[in-house]
Amino acid sequence: MEHRKNIIELKHITKTYEDGFTAVDDFNLEVRQGEFVTFLGPSGCGKTTTLRMIAGFDIPTEGEILLNGKPITNLPPNKRPINTVFQRYALFPHMNIYENIAFGLKQKNTPKDIIPKKVKKVLELVDLEGFENRSTTTLSGGQQQRVAIARALVNEPQILLLDEPLGALDLKMRKEMQLELKAMHRELGITFIYVTHDQEEALTMSDKIVVMSEGKMQQIGTPEDIYNEPINAFVADFIGESNIFNGIMTGKLRARFCGGEFVCVDDVEEGTHITAVVRPEDVILTAPGQGNIRGIVTSVIFKGMHYEITVESGKNEIVAQSVNSATPGERVGVKVEPDNIHIMIAEDHTNIFAAEINKNWELEYNENVLNVDLTAIIRGSRMMEDGTLLDANGVEIDKRKIRIMVSIQPQHIKMTDEIEQGMVQGYISNLIYKGDHYSYVIHTDLEQDFVVDDEYLWNMDDQVGLLMPVEKMTFTVKR
Amino acid sequence: MYKHTFSRKYLGIPYALFLLLFVVAPLIVLLYYAFTNGQGQFTLSNLTGFFTNPNTLGTLFYSFGIAIVTTAVCLLLAYPTAYILATSKLKARSVIVMLFVMPMWINFSLRITALKEILTWIEGNLAYYPFLNAVIGMTYDFLPFMILPIYTTISKLDGALLEAARDLGAGEMQAFLKVTLPLSLPGIVSGISMVFLPAMTNYVVLDMLYNSTYIMGSLIGSYFAAYNWHGGSMIALILLGIICLFTLFTGGMEEEHTRGGALL
Repeated sequence: MEHRKNIIELKHITKTYEDGFTAVDDFNLEVRQGEFVTFLGPSGCGKTTTLRMIAGFDIPTEGEILLNGKPITNLPPNKRPINTVFQRYALFPHMNIYENIAFGLKQKNTPKDIIPKKVKKVLELVDLEGFENRSTTTLSGGQQQRVAIARALVNEPQILLLDEPLGALDLKMRKEMQLELKAMHRELGITFIYVTHDQEEALTMSDKIVVMSEGKMQQIGTPEDIYNEPINAFVADFIGESNIFNGIMTGKLRARFCGGEFVCVDDVEEGTHITAVVRPEDVILTAPGQGNIRGIVTSVIFKGMHYEITVESGKNEIVAQSVNSATPGERVGVKVEPDNIHIMIAEDHTNIFAAEINKNWELEYNENVLNVDLTAIIRGSRMMEDGTLLDANGVEIDKRKIRIMVSIQPQHIKMTDEIEQGMVQGYISNLIYKGDHYSYVIHTDLEQDFVVDDEYLWNMDDQVGLLMPVEKMTFTVKR
Repeated sequence: MYKHTFSRKYLGIPYALFLLLFVVAPLIVLLYYAFTNGQGQFTLSNLTGFFTNPNTLGTLFYSFGIAIVTTAVCLLLAYPTAYILATSKLKARSVIVMLFVMPMWINFSLRITALKEILTWIEGNLAYYPFLNAVIGMTYDFLPFMILPIYTTISKLDGALLEAARDLGAGEMQAFLKVTLPLSLPGIVSGISMVFLPAMTNYVVLDMLYNSTYIMGSLIGSYFAAYNWHGGSMIALILLGIICLFTLFTGGMEEEHTRGGALL
């Protein structure tokens, strides 16, 4: 493929508002001439702010924007050869369609005899021939959107910015406009920068997707890259439906997650904590005992083209898509082909497990009471004399509705031979020498993997108890 | 099935009664007096009398003059004020708007008396500048009625429209002239209609400023004071006609440009 030049470059762009909120944080991007780039992310991720800085409505607090290699960071919007299609169209209500579209041309002192021709041509492009004298209020949402696109395109911008332009349209109209926009992009060869929170829209239309979260770029790549090789759990979760599991590498190209052993194709070091992503369409249901894990079907939903089948395996849940139905309660095996498992290295090795609240309002794990004050964990809560717990707003807390997650670092767990002394019991399923200590993986009776750092050598398959000091634990409340 | 016997149109009854009692009935009385003479006979002499008397006609034109100048001055003062208030990012914005509106809460005779003292202190004798003082008094009294509707329309203006104008190549001045100004027209129109009409008739302001200027309001007042109810009613009716024409004209403009419009 030929190497096209960069039309716009964003270098270390940061936008911090007066109230201290950082909307965009050290954002870097290069867009090539003629590309269709989409900023994708949940609301508040900074995608619109980034677009506004390219348009010139917002000025970055730090960083530089280059257009064709020349800095435009502080150039006002009217001096930039860039036009925007706004979220709510922003058509001028006091002008008719012709005047709306001709607005930009008049501002640029285009010769009077050329304006009507250009307006006519662009109206043909958006399929609104003969609408010149209509008022903007008589148009449907889809037609207003077309006028907004025509109004931007008539100026022949180098870059067209589109800020969630299809958000206000109904599903059918949206699908239609997606295809039309894509066709326009192909026909005109103009660079499109598109903002959306709709992952399907992004996957359908873009040459390149920029996934954003909390002001930061998470991943950039082609739709195929982003879908097949998500870089972290956020991207995997945001793009398409996914089964995401915490797991651990148990050997070369072997991983354990979801209560089973899987062969994978990502070469990650043994003993590493991982996040495994499996798309529902890659989950194969087999006869019980034949797959990697066994489970029980808990729900079957017909989705038109396929069935969405949820399988429960131990404490894990895995969602499969299949053209064949199943019955709830049916015992099945679950199989995933190695190249359909996407392995990502987990950010750290913190052990996380859920603790329960018993009837005495004490925290309990594996029938061991953790000696902590629950009111100190649930911020602002207080214990009443009648044995109820009230939260900060004075509302009674339902213990079935909250979960307390406990995290503890590998170096704070000790192993013991007197296994009944431990808070939980298991066997050593893995050990790796890490220079000054061994990193062990303990597979517990509760089907969980704990990572424990210890300077002494233990043997594989040793039964051990895990001593976990309460003062080294941190607690988070999940509702 | 339960059937609703209560119809929504019943809610209109109190309003219709109110309208009948306080609008239609007085209008009929006004019409009766305007087109009769002292003997209760039908006559057009009140009408012809008004348009043939150079004094009454003169008062009409003079009132027009005061009203036009007052409205123009109000508009010139109010638009920039409203614009700056509406577009500023000040947190205390609503407090500042309140400061402009607050004089309306103080009894107006008190305000005009204060104004009178200030003007006397500056000018020495109020009688030297009757026209100027009339305009100053009216402007002072009616300015908030011009600021508020304009402020409301400008602050309701969709910011994306201005951004769109800038995006399409308009500088700040062009964006103001092509977008903000035409879209704030409904506020201007409603401001004008709230200032222009009172400025033609509110002679109490002038009286309190010891102003000898005669406007339409003073004229009607003097007719009634002299027990000439017939002549007074006719002038009131003529003024009503002028008001109707005026609102028809501005109302038509407003319809063209507003959606939502400006309400005080």
